[in-house]
Formats: sequence, C-alpha cells, structure tokens
Amino acid sequence: MSLNKHEMAALVARDIEAGSFVNLGIGQPTLVADHLPADAGIVLHTENGMLNMGPAATGDQIDPDLINAGKVPVTELPGSAYFHHADSFAMMRGGHLDVCVLGAFQVSARGDLANWHTGEPDAIPAVGGAMDLAVGAKSVYVMMTLFTKVGTPKLVPDCTYPLTGLGCVNRIYTDLATFVITAGGVVVRETFGISFDELSARLAVPLREAE
Amino acid sequence: MSAVKICDSTAEAVAGIEDGSTILIGGFGLAGMPVQLIDALIEQGATDLTVVSNNAGNGDTGLAALLAKGRVRKVICSFPRQSDSWVFDGLYRAGKIELEVVPQGNLAERMRAAGAGIGAFYCPTAVGTPLAEGKETREIDGRTYVLEFPIKGDVALIGAYRSDRMGNLVYRKTARNFGPVMATAGRTVIAQVTEIVDTGRLDPEVIVTPSIYVDRVVAV
Repeated sequence: MSLNKHEMAALVARDIEAGSFVNLGIGQPTLVADHLPADAGIVLHTENGMLNMGPAATGDQIDPDLINAGKVPVTELPGSAYFHHADSFAMMRGGHLDVCVLGAFQVSARGDLANWHTGEPDAIPAVGGAMDLAVGAKSVYVMMTLFTKVGTPKLVPDCTYPLTGLGCVNRIYTDLATFVITAGGVVVRETFGISFDELSARLAVPLREAE
Repeated sequence: MSAVKICDSTAEAVAGIEDGSTILIGGFGLAGMPVQLIDALIEQGATDLTVVSNNAGNGDTGLAALLAKGRVRKVICSFPRQSDSWVFDGLYRAGKIELEVVPQGNLAERMRAAGAGIGAFYCPTAVGTPLAEGKETREIDGRTYVLEFPIKGDVALIGAYRSDRMGNLVYRKTARNFGPVMATAGRTVIAQVTEIVDTGRLDPEVIVTPSIYVDRVVAV
C-alpha cells in the first residue's frame, strides 16, 4: 500500500535525531510535529522568530502575537525563545539548524529543489523563507507525493520549474518510496506498494537499491 | 539625533512623510503589523511610495488599504501571494504595481546591513535560482555566494509592545519579527506601542530596540 500523508510524516519523524533543532515547512511538513516523540528533546524553529514552538493553539490559548510561519496561532513550551527575523535566518545560514522539512514541486536527481514558483506567466511569485531554508539547514528533507495528480514524476533528471536551491536536498519522503540523494546518485531506501523495478520504470532517474 | 518624540496621536506620529518615500513596514501577517500607523499614513496622504514588508497586505485593511488607495508604486517583499491578498493580486495583474520578490532571510539581512553600515554582503541564499539572475557571485572556500545590497528606509513603521519615555522598546512573542531590524534601517523610525511607561520601568536587560534607533512613539 502507498502511504498517506500522516504515514509519510511519521517516517520523517522517525529519522529526526533526538535533540535536533528542526524547521517544518508550511503545509504537509507541519504534520511531522505530531509524530515526534515528546521525550526526544527536539526543538522546533519557526522562521518568524521562535524556538521550541509548541502545538497549535486552541480556544483561549489563541494569541494573535504568537503564530507560526504559516500564520497559524501556536503555543509556547517551557524553554521557548523569541528573536527577530535577522537572527532567525542567521540561525539557518549559520549552520545551527539541523533539519528542515519542505514540500516540493520537483526534486532533481542531484538534489536541486523547486518548490516556490510554478513559472506560469500569470502566477505571482512568492518565495517566503524557502530559499533561505534550502541553503541553510544542515539536512533538507522533502516530503511530497512522488507523482502529480496527472501522473507526472516529481523526482526528475532536471527541474523544469524555477529553482529554490541547488543540490540542497538530502532525502525525499514520498507516498511510494523514500530516497537518499548521494554523491553516487539516488538510492531507494524503502518502497510502499510498488516494486523497485516498477519504480525504476516509472521514473526517468537512475535508481540504486539500498544495500 | 534628538530625543524621541512621544506623540499624542498617530496623525502626529506620521506627519511629514514625503511622497516618493521608501517605507519599511513591520509585521508578519498581522503579528507586529503597525495597523494604526498605516491607517494614519493613508489619512496623511503620502503617495508614490515604495513599501518594504514581508507580505503585501491581507484582506482590505492596513497595508492592503494603502495599496488599494493607489499610494504604493512598488512593493519589496518575500511573500505577496496569500489567500487574502486580493488587493495586491489585482493591482499586480493589472500592471499597476511593481514587485521585487526577496527571500525572507535576505530581506531581513539587507535591512540589518543597512542599519549596521555594511556596504554589501555575500550570501548563499538563492544561488542558481531566478532571484540571483544578473547578480554578482563569488566563490569563497568552495561555496558560491551572491552579492546583496542593503535596503534602507526613509521611514520605518513598526509595532512594538511597550516603550518607555526615552523610546526604548520591548516586543511581544512572535510580533517581534522584523521590528528590531527595521528600527535600525529606517532614517525616521516611528513605533506604535500598546503602552508607554515611565523611564526606568523597563528592565535594561530585556530591551530589544534601544532608544538610539527610535524617533517617534505613539500609544494606540
């Protein structure tokens, strides 16, 4: 069986080491927070200026001054810290953030990422913090479906969408397989409801099986 | 500069902003957005503005209302497109507003550089992407960087939590966001706060924006 987004999020969470500082991108990557073990000391960073962000706020907890990068009201945890935007992005570029998890339109076999702009003429470009995260975090994990709704692969030899970052993606978590981008090419770690051979046949990217 | 001016009204706080100014506007979404100062700027009437802000307005109020009045020539921001950015979207599609999209960290760092007297800086963000096209690059220790230039404001409008009567500012939670950076990068820095307390009431250890950066304060 292929994985749903919650199962994909659980796989990402499994690979985040205890004590990591982690940024979860807007959209599906935020689901990863639900699967992080409470006792692992993992600290969530939100680029609008907070470390040790807690879960989404509900009811009386909602405070318009306390939101995440997706502008959703969130909560503090003991040990939270606030800081301004220049510090927040210095944390990323300075190599202090261990992992970020991002969505993607496309990832290339070399780990190039395209996730900010469809490139369509009437689309209004909006990049937010995606480019900063892509070059800043020590490890960049992408969480996406492997194919578009019309069946086009999103793991590609070269991105055709405008790039977010060059060679920045380390791992890809999809509904059908997980991949590691290595200097020697794309390695398939696990497959879900599809064989390695079938996966290879449906992607234009050379794949290697994990040893 | 002279001592901070404690203003009695938002109108007084935004007085004298000139046509053609570059205005830094704090906030991330509505957190830290100086909505009352923007409303006062709309009343004040300055036009042909360049606005630097993370977003390009939400709904029909605040920055969106300033755009809707046709006062803004250009927006420099990281994330204009949102579910409720219809005012900006309409102006952009009609060719009535100029847009410079800047990665969010570069937006912050370019203002930080302006406020810190840095002439330009090499940054790894956006290398190899459309947002680095035409920009000078340099390889340093095996990594490629893009040369980025400061963004200065004629005016900064920021939302803080408390001020003392000298203009020292503290912020609240994630409403801090761009405020402290913009406070360094604006020539005239105008802060709206929820409360002005007597000097000495704010713990010097927790002041985020020292008064040297702040020109006018108004309680809203």
